[in-house]
Amino acid sequence: MSTSPNGTGTEPLSATRPTEISRLDRVVIRFAGDSGDGMQLTGDRFTSEAAAFGNDLATLPNFPAEIRAPQGTIPGVSSFQVHFADYDILTPGDRPDVLVAMNPAALKANLADVPRGGTIIVNIDEFNKRNLSKVGYDSDPLEDDSLSAFEVHRVAMSTLTQGALAETGLGKKDAERCKNMFALGLLSWMYHRPTEGTERFLQEKFAKKPDIAEANLLAFRAGWYYGETTESFATTFEVAPAKLAPGTYRQITGNTALAYGIVAAGQRSGLPILLGTYPITPASDVLHELSKHKNFGITTFQAEDEIAGIGAALGASYGGALGITSTSGPGVALKSETIGLGVMTELPLVVIDVQRGGPSTGLPTKTEQADLLQAMFGRNGESPVPIVAPCTPADCFDIALEATRIALTYRTPVLLLSDGAVANGSEPWLIPDVEDLPDLRVTFASEPNATDGSGEFWPYVRDPETLAREWAVPGTPGLQHRIGGLEKQDGKGSISYDPDNHEAMVRIRQAKIDGIDVPDVTVDDPSGGKARVLALGWGSSFGPIGAACRRVRKNGLPIAQAHLRHLNPLPGNLGDLLRAYDTVVVPEMNMGQLAMLLRAKYLIDVQSYTKVAGLPFKAEELEGVFTDTITAARKEATL
Amino acid sequence: MTATDLGLPTLGGLDLVPTSDEPQKSKEYKSDQEVRWCPGCGDYIVLNTIQSFLPTLGLRRENIVFVSGIGCSSRFPYYMNTYGMHSIHGRAPAIATGLATTRPDLSVWVVTGDGDALSIGGNHLIHSLRRNVNLKILLFNNRIYGLTKGQYSPTSDQGMVTKSTPMGSVDTPFNPISLALGAEASFVGRALDSDKKGLTEVLGAAAAHRGSALVEIYQNCPIFNDGAFDVLKDKDEAERRLIPLKAGEPIRFGPDGDYGVTRSAWGGLEAGKVSEIGEDNLVVHDPTIEDTAYAFALSRLGGQDLQQTPTGIFRQVSRPTYDDQARAQVQQAAEAKTPDLHALLRGKDTWTVT
Ligand code: SF4
Repeated sequence: MSTSPNGTGTEPLSATRPTEISRLDRVVIRFAGDSGDGMQLTGDRFTSEAAAFGNDLATLPNFPAEIRAPQGTIPGVSSFQVHFADYDILTPGDRPDVLVAMNPAALKANLADVPRGGTIIVNIDEFNKRNLSKVGYDSDPLEDDSLSAFEVHRVAMSTLTQGALAETGLGKKDAERCKNMFALGLLSWMYHRPTEGTERFLQEKFAKKPDIAEANLLAFRAGWYYGETTESFATTFEVAPAKLAPGTYRQITGNTALAYGIVAAGQRSGLPILLGTYPITPASDVLHELSKHKNFGITTFQAEDEIAGIGAALGASYGGALGITSTSGPGVALKSETIGLGVMTELPLVVIDVQRGGPSTGLPTKTEQADLLQAMFGRNGESPVPIVAPCTPADCFDIALEATRIALTYRTPVLLLSDGAVANGSEPWLIPDVEDLPDLRVTFASEPNATDGSGEFWPYVRDPETLAREWAVPGTPGLQHRIGGLEKQDGKGSISYDPDNHEAMVRIRQAKIDGIDVPDVTVDDPSGGKARVLALGWGSSFGPIGAACRRVRKNGLPIAQAHLRHLNPLPGNLGDLLRAYDTVVVPEMNMGQLAMLLRAKYLIDVQSYTKVAGLPFKAEELEGVFTDTITAARKEATL
Repeated sequence: MTATDLGLPTLGGLDLVPTSDEPQKSKEYKSDQEVRWCPGCGDYIVLNTIQSFLPTLGLRRENIVFVSGIGCSSRFPYYMNTYGMHSIHGRAPAIATGLATTRPDLSVWVVTGDGDALSIGGNHLIHSLRRNVNLKILLFNNRIYGLTKGQYSPTSDQGMVTKSTPMGSVDTPFNPISLALGAEASFVGRALDSDKKGLTEVLGAAAAHRGSALVEIYQNCPIFNDGAFDVLKDKDEAERRLIPLKAGEPIRFGPDGDYGVTRSAWGGLEAGKVSEIGEDNLVVHDPTIEDTAYAFALSRLGGQDLQQTPTGIFRQVSRPTYDDQARAQVQQAAEAKTPDLHALLRGKDTWTVT
C-alpha cells in the first residue's frame, strides 16, 4: 500500500521500500534538542512504541531545571535516552547508539557520549552561523571532518516539516515546532516501530485543537515517509520483542508507580488517604498523579509549605487516616521536626523523599542518593525511623506498599527514599494481581487497656511483639487521651520527666525500629559461590550495578551482587553476608553514606566507590571498578 | 463544581458532630492531670470557662479534639478530658487541618499563643484562615513569651524592656484581629480572660460557625507581663475603653453609653461623644458585612495601647470551607468513577507476554 507523502491519509503506515534489515538485540537512542523542542515528549512516545512492541526498556530523561533555559545554549539542552532490547535490561544504557541532535548545542553537549561508529542524525536547518557560534563552534562540524568517526545523517527537519504542513494554513513558526514529531516519525520508520499508538496519542492529546493534532500527525507521517522514500537510509533495524516473564505489562515511570502504590496501599488497608504536600522537583508528579485519583478516597492537600504538608498528614493519621507527605531533600529538612513528632507520638506516616542533587537547592532535576544520612539521623534527639528505597521505576509501586506496611504495623513515620533517576525513568511493569497485594488492614483500639485494671485507656501500652502502641482514634468513646511531643510515661502516656523513664523510652523506641520485620537480602551469584567480591548497592543504582556485574561475568570473572531495599533496619543476614566475601564494594551516588553505616555497624571495611555528578552510574564505569576490585582481591589472595 | 451546589453555608459548625443525650458536667471535661500554670495565670480562668462551656454544646466528648502548639497556653489539651495533641511550635493549625479535613465528625479546637500563632506559626495561621477550615482557633494573647521565660513577642509593646530587649523592643507589634481579617478570616472575635460571660458568648458563636474562627483572648501573664490588660479590668477604666460589639445595635460605650462609633471622614470608623456625633450617625454593628473593610476598621479603633478596645464578634460571614469542599470532591469523584484498582494499574496501553 502506498500513500502520498503529502497526503493526509489515515491508512496505517506500512513500509514498501526494500531496505537492508539489521537485527539487533539492543539499541540506545538519545533524543537531544533545545528544552523547547519537545524532546521529553518525543522520547516518551518512542518508549511507548517500544513498549507496545514488547521490548524490554529503560529510560533516562535529562533536562535543565529552568523551564526555558536560554535557547540554543548548552545549558538549555534537554535529552531523553531510551534503551530497548530483546532481553531483560537493567539500565537506560551508557552510550547512545543513535544520537538525534536537533541543534548544534544538542550535538556539542552529547557528542562525547556517542561511541565511535555511532549514528548521528542532525537537523541541519539549525546549523547556521549564529547557532554554531552560540555554543563555541568555530567551524561547522558537519562541514569539517570532526564527525568522520560517526555515521552522520543530515536531515533538513525544520524545512521538511514546514513543507509538509504548507497547506495546513499554520504559521511557519508553529509548523516548525512540529519538527520533533518529524524526528519521531523518522526513527519509528528506522526501527520498525508500531505507530498507531503515537497517532492515537496525538489525536487525544490535541483533541481540543484539531488543527494542531493534524499538524503533528502530518509531521510524524512526513518523518516516516522521509525514511521510506529517501535513499540515504539504506538500513533499517529490528529489535525483537523481549522474552520477559509471562503476564500483562505496561510501561510505567517511578513517580507514577509510587502514586499507584499509594492508591493500592489505601485500598489494601481500607483507610482514607491524605497526601499533605508542597510542590517540589522531582516529587511533584506524585501529587499530580494522586490528585487524579480522588475516587479512591484520596485527599490531596497542597499546603502552604513543606511543614504544613507533613503536619496535615500527621493530623490525618492521628484521626485514623493514612497520612502521606511527598517531597525532595530540601523539603525533608523542613519536615524534620514533624517527623520527630511522629516518632514521639508513634503514629503511622509515610514520608516520600524523591532525592535530587544537593546540598541546598542543588541540582533540582538531577539525581543523587545523598539523603540517606539525613533520613537516618536528620532530627534532634534519638529519633530512629525505618528507611526503604526502591531499586527500579516499577519497584516504586512495591516499595510504597512496603513503607505503608511498616508505618501501619509499627506506628511510625517511614522514610521512603526514591530519587530522580527512578522517579523519571520508566520500564515495563508486570501488572500485579490486586488479590496478591499485601493485606494492610489495621485494627483501631476500641477498649480500655490499662495494665493496672483501672479501666482507663493508656496510649503507650505496647504490642509485645511489634512494640507498636495502640492506635486509638478520636471519636472512640472511653479512650480519650492526650499525646504530644513531650516525653511520655511508659504505658500510661502522661508527661514524664523521670530520668529512668526517659532512658527506657529512648531504648524502647529504638528497639521497636530495630525489631521491624525485614526480609533477608538475597545474593545473585551465577558462579555458584565462586565470587570473592560482592557488589552491594541501594536504591536506583541497582540497574547499573547489575549491568556492570553482567559485563564482568561475561569476561569470565565471578562477582556477586546484593541490593538493599531496606536501609533501616538493615536485613538480619547482612552482617554474615558481608563477612562471607573478601571484598565488598559499595557504589553510591554520594560520598559513601551507606558505606559509613556499614562500617559503623559491622566493623567491616567495605570499599566505597562514589560519584556525585547528578547522573546515574554508567555500567561501563562500574565494570571497570569491579574488575579492578576483583583483580586486586586475587592478587591479595595469592600473596 | 461550586460550593453553592452543596448548600454548604447553611451548615453549622457542629452539624456533623455526633451529640450526646446525657447531660454533661464541666467536671467530666477535666483530665486527671494536675494543672501546672503559674499561680494567678489567666490560663486558669480560660480553662475553667471552656470546661463550663463545652457541656452546653451537648457533643459527644470523644468527638472533641484540642490541638495545640508550644507555649504556656499550649499545655491546654493535657487538662481537657477529650482527645488532644500537644504538637510542635506553631504547627497546630496545619495538624488540625489534616484532622478536620479527614474527620468531619470531630469538633476541632486549636489552642495557641501570640508567639506560637503569630511568630513561628504565622504562615499556618493565615493559610488556615484563608482556606476557612472548620477549626476554632483560640489565640491566648499575653503579649510575651512565657514558657521561655520572658522574651518579647510579636504582640509586645514597642519599647518594652524584656530579657531579650534590655534597651527596649524596636519591633512593631501585630494587631491579631487586623491580621486575621487580612487573611480573609470568616469569623473573628475577641474576649478578655476574666470576662467569663463575654468569652462564653464568643466561643458559642465560634463553635456554631462553619469554617475557621479566630478568637483572640487577652490573657494575663502575672509572671512576665503582669497587668498588661489591667486597664480593661479596672471598672472605671474598662467602662471608658471597652467597646462591646452587639450585632444589630448601635455601637456605644463609655459611662452611660455617652460615647459611640461613627464613620470617619475618610471612610473608616472613629469613636466620639454621642452628643457630638448624633444618635442617627452611630454605626449599627453588623458582623455579617461581606467587605472586610468594616471589621478591619473596627479592629483599628483599638490599638496596642488599649485606649479603645472592641470586644465580641467583629466578623461572622458564611463562605464555603476548605474541608467541606475537599470532601465533596472526593465524594463526587467516587460517584463519577467507581474505584477500580485493577483498571487503574492496567491503564490504557498494555501488552501481554505468553
Ligand atoms: S509564665 Fe505567664 S503565661 Fe506562662 S503559665 Fe506562668 S503566668 Fe501563665
